[in-house]
Amino acid sequence: MVFARAGSDRAAAGIRLNQHKSRESFTAMWTRRKLVAAAAMAPMPLAFAQFKVEISGVGATQLPIAIVRFRDEDKSGQPASAIIRADLERSGAFRGVDNSAALDETSQPQWSEWRARAADALAAGSVSRLADGRFDIRFKLWDVVKGGDLGGQSHAVDASEVRLESHRIADLIYEKLTGEKGVFSTRIAYVTRAGSRHTLRVADADGVNDQIALNSGQPIISPAWSPNGKELAYVSFEKQKAVVFVHNVATGERRAIADFRGSNSAPAWSPDGQSLAVTLSRDGGSQLFMIGKNGESPRRITSSQAIDTEAKFSADGHWIYFTSDRGGGPQIYRMAAGGGSAERVTFSGSYNISPAVSPDGRTLAYVTRSGNAFRLATLDLSSPGAQPVPLTDTSDDEHPSFAPNGRLLVYATRMQGRSVLMTTTLDGKIKARLPSTTADLREPVWGPYGR
Amino acid sequence: MTSTHRHLLTLIAAASLAACSSVKLDDAPVESRTGAAVVAGNQNAARDAAANSQTRVAPVDATGGSMAGMGNLPRIVYFDYDSYIVKDEFRPVVEANAKVLAADPKRHMAVQGHTDDRGSSEYNLALGQRRAEAVVKSLTLLGAQPAQLEATSFGKERPAVQGENEEAWAKNRRAELMASQ
Repeated sequence: MVFARAGSDRAAAGIRLNQHKSRESFTAMWTRRKLVAAAAMAPMPLAFAQFKVEISGVGATQLPIAIVRFRDEDKSGQPASAIIRADLERSGAFRGVDNSAALDETSQPQWSEWRARAADALAAGSVSRLADGRFDIRFKLWDVVKGGDLGGQSHAVDASEVRLESHRIADLIYEKLTGEKGVFSTRIAYVTRAGSRHTLRVADADGVNDQIALNSGQPIISPAWSPNGKELAYVSFEKQKAVVFVHNVATGERRAIADFRGSNSAPAWSPDGQSLAVTLSRDGGSQLFMIGKNGESPRRITSSQAIDTEAKFSADGHWIYFTSDRGGGPQIYRMAAGGGSAERVTFSGSYNISPAVSPDGRTLAYVTRSGNAFRLATLDLSSPGAQPVPLTDTSDDEHPSFAPNGRLLVYATRMQGRSVLMTTTLDGKIKARLPSTTADLREPVWGPYGR
Repeated sequence: MTSTHRHLLTLIAAASLAACSSVKLDDAPVESRTGAAVVAGNQNAARDAAANSQTRVAPVDATGGSMAGMGNLPRIVYFDYDSYIVKDEFRPVVEANAKVLAADPKRHMAVQGHTDDRGSSEYNLALGQRRAEAVVKSLTLLGAQPAQLEATSFGKERPAVQGENEEAWAKNRRAELMASQ
C-alpha cells in the first residue's frame, strides 16, 4: 500500500514526518500544541458506542487529529472512522477531535475551520460498494497546521475485510505522522473461560472481531504466535495433563509437539520459527528444553534443582529470558540461547515472573508482587542498575505481551471480579480496556506484523 | 474435508487475494479483477491459500476427556502456602494409595498438583508439578513403583473451590491421586 501523494517535495508540510525522523523530533514539532492537548485531556467518550473501547489516561504528547466520518461508511456495516479514531487514541500518540463535518477525500478542507478546532491533522474518506460486492475505501490525510496534503489511498476489499482495512488506514496514518509502523492491523490471541468452557480466540488488535480457534472443556494456557503469524503454540489440558500443541490458525490443523511424561508447557518460538523453547518435567522438576516445531529432537538447556519456566526469546535470538526460583523466590534470569550459565535480571522485589522482551531488546516487561498485589512493571535493560517502573495500580496483572512495534503492551488483569484484557503504553499513561462479554479473558499474546 | 468446506475455502482464498488489490487514489478503477487469479475448483490451491492466510480462523473442537474415578480411597493431599512438603497428617492418604499400588503392579495412578490462583499460569503449573512429584516420591518410598505413577499439574487452572480468600486458597493448594491406564 502506498500514499499516492506523499511527495518528498512537501518539505513545507508541518506534520510531514518521514520514517527516518526520530520520535524526538516528532515530539519537538508538537510542543506548541502540547499544552493545549494536555489541558483538554480527560477520559474521552468515543463518537460511536457500537464497539466500546474504554480509554483512560493523559499522555504527555498527543497529536490532535480529526477523523471525519467517512462518506457512506454505514453501507459497509462498519464504522470505519470510529475504528480508526479508537486505534489512534489507544496508541497514546493521538487525541481525537470531535467533529460532525461533511467531508471526503475529494474535498478541500477549510484550514481556518480546522485550526479553530485545534486539530493539527485531518483525515476524511468514503466507502462505496463496487459491482462485485466489494467495497472501495478511500481516504486522504491532511496537515492542518501547514495546510498541506499528506496523501491518501484507495483500496478495494471484501465486505468481511472492511474492519481490517480500517485498521490498515489507521496504521498508515500512524506511520505517516509518527514515523513508526502501526500495529492496528495485527491480531491478538487470548483464552476465554466461561464456566467449564475454555476457548482460544483470535481477534483484531482492538479486541473486536474475535474468532474461535479452539473450543475445549479443559483449560488452555500460554498461547504463542509463530513468527510468521500463521500458527499458535499453546498448552492444552484436553488429555488431562499439560501438552504443547502447534495449531495452524487458518486451517485448524494441529499437532502435539511435546507430550512427554509429566507436564509439557510454556512454549516460546525461536525467532526463526524452526524450534521452540518449552518447559518439560519429564526428567523431574520443571526445566527448559529446545524442541523442533514438529516435536523433533528435544534437548535440555537448563539443569537446575529449581523451577525454570516461562522462556521468551529476545527478538535477535541471542537470549532466552525465563523465570526461575533457583535463588529462593521466583526471579527473571537470562541465558544465551545456545545454553550455558544464566544471569539474574530482576533484583528489586522478592517475586518477579512472566518476562516479555520488547522487539528492540531494550525493555523487559514482567509481573512483580508487592504485598498481595501482582503488578505489571518494566525494566530498562539498556541501563545497568535501572529501577523497575510500575505501570499499573491494579492488583492481579498477568501475562504481558509486546505489540510488534514495541509501543504498547497487552496484559490481563482483574476488574470487578472478572478477568479482562488491557493495553497500555510503555509509560503506563494511556490504557484501554478491550471489549468483553461475561467471560473471563486471559493469556493475551500480541501477534506479529503481517496482514 | 467435506466439499462444503472446500468450497468455503475457495471463497475465502478468493476473498483474501481480492483484498490485496491496492491502487493509487488518482487512478482507482471501478473494480479490480485481481480476485480472478484464484482458480475455482482447485481445492489444493485453495487450501494452501487458506493455510497461508493471516485473516482466517478455522474453529476446532477439543471437547471431551473425563475424570477417572478412584473408588473410595482417600485421594487429596493439601499443602501449605508456597510449600510442597507432604505433611504428616496426610500420611494415611499416601499409605493407603501406596498399599493398593504395591499390591497390584498393573495398576497406574496420575498425581495431579494444583495451586491457588495467585501468580502466573505457568509458574503455578510448575509449583503444582513440584507438589505432584513430592507425593509421587512419598508413594514410591512406601512401596509403589515409579512406572506406576505419573506426576502432572493443572497449576491454578482447576481450582477445587472459587474465592479470593485464604480459606479458598488453602483448599486449592493440593495434589489429587487419580486412577489412570
